Amino acid sequence: MGRLIRLDRTGHTTLAKWRTGDGSGEERAAAAFRAELERGMVASVSYDDGTAEVVRKLPLDAELVVLRRPIAGG
Amino acid sequence: MSAREATAPGRVANGLDEAARLYWREDASEATLRRDGRRWTAWTAWIVTVFCVPGVLLLAIEPLTFPVAAICFAHAWAIPRIQARRGARQVVPIGSERSATRRADAAGDPERVALGLLGDLVGHAQRDLLAATGLALERGRLGVWLIGEQGAILIRPGGRRVDCWCVRVAEQQQAPQQRRGSATPREELPAGDRVAHLLLALREDELGFAKVANLGFSGARWRVRQQLPAVSRPAVDAARAAAGR
Repeated sequence: MGRLIRLDRTGHTTLAKWRTGDGSGEERAAAAFRAELERGMVASVSYDDGTAEVVRKLPLDAELVVLRRPIAGG
Repeated sequence: MSAREATAPGRVANGLDEAARLYWREDASEATLRRDGRRWTAWTAWIVTVFCVPGVLLLAIEPLTFPVAAICFAHAWAIPRIQARRGARQVVPIGSERSATRRADAAGDPERVALGLLGDLVGHAQRDLLAATGLALERGRLGVWLIGEQGAILIRPGGRRVDCWCVRVAEQQQAPQQRRGSATPREELPAGDRVAHLLLALREDELGFAKVANLGFSGARWRVRQQLPAVSRPAVDAARAAAGR
């Protein structure tokens, strides 16, 4: 089960969930993903080795995709 | 096929987009950090010299000028201390005086949800330290990072020098229809989410993170440690231990 969440004022909001092979679920998740990227959000996938990667296309085999705002120097 | 392999075509080849947009800034590297560290040391030595030499001269010429000499020595002591304090204050540990958890409109549930996610991100080993000190410890190639809500402290390898970085979550871009309605409130993030933003960005691209962040101080570890809230100081000790390995 994959999950797309957005970090926001509620802590985080789950925008979509999907199962691999569930075509309509994957499409809904991909649409939500694209809409958030158009809003300026950055998508990130974390890995077990402690690294993370910026993604521009929804990785359907990922368990968790986190959408965050960009960072800036203070 | 793993998520990493599957997403490779869509990944950002040069790391953080935020860093790529700062085309006028020099890319961060271990060499630039060493150079900046040396500049900070030279600057601190200069400040101490500029104020101590006149003080010593005054005392040598006329001992009765000691009140003025004392003012010179006070400047030589206070200015480096203020710089270290500024660096330490930029970080803002969760729960500290300037934390988002202290905002009047801070709500309990979002804070708990955000801290839960952050706890999952940092993993079991660092969760207790985060809960106790308000700072998330993350090992990187440049050293060991301590991440707060509005900045990060980098403990360099060996654990003697620390760099304080000011970096935060950018203001959210509003859609055009939202921009027309000026009553739209600015979306404030819970404290845990602020740290999670910075932690993810650091993991995505450490050098890009250092390029985006503003270096606010570089100097001896003890100078920053004593300016942090007492509850957060064990995080510096833990990071030093990790950096010294």
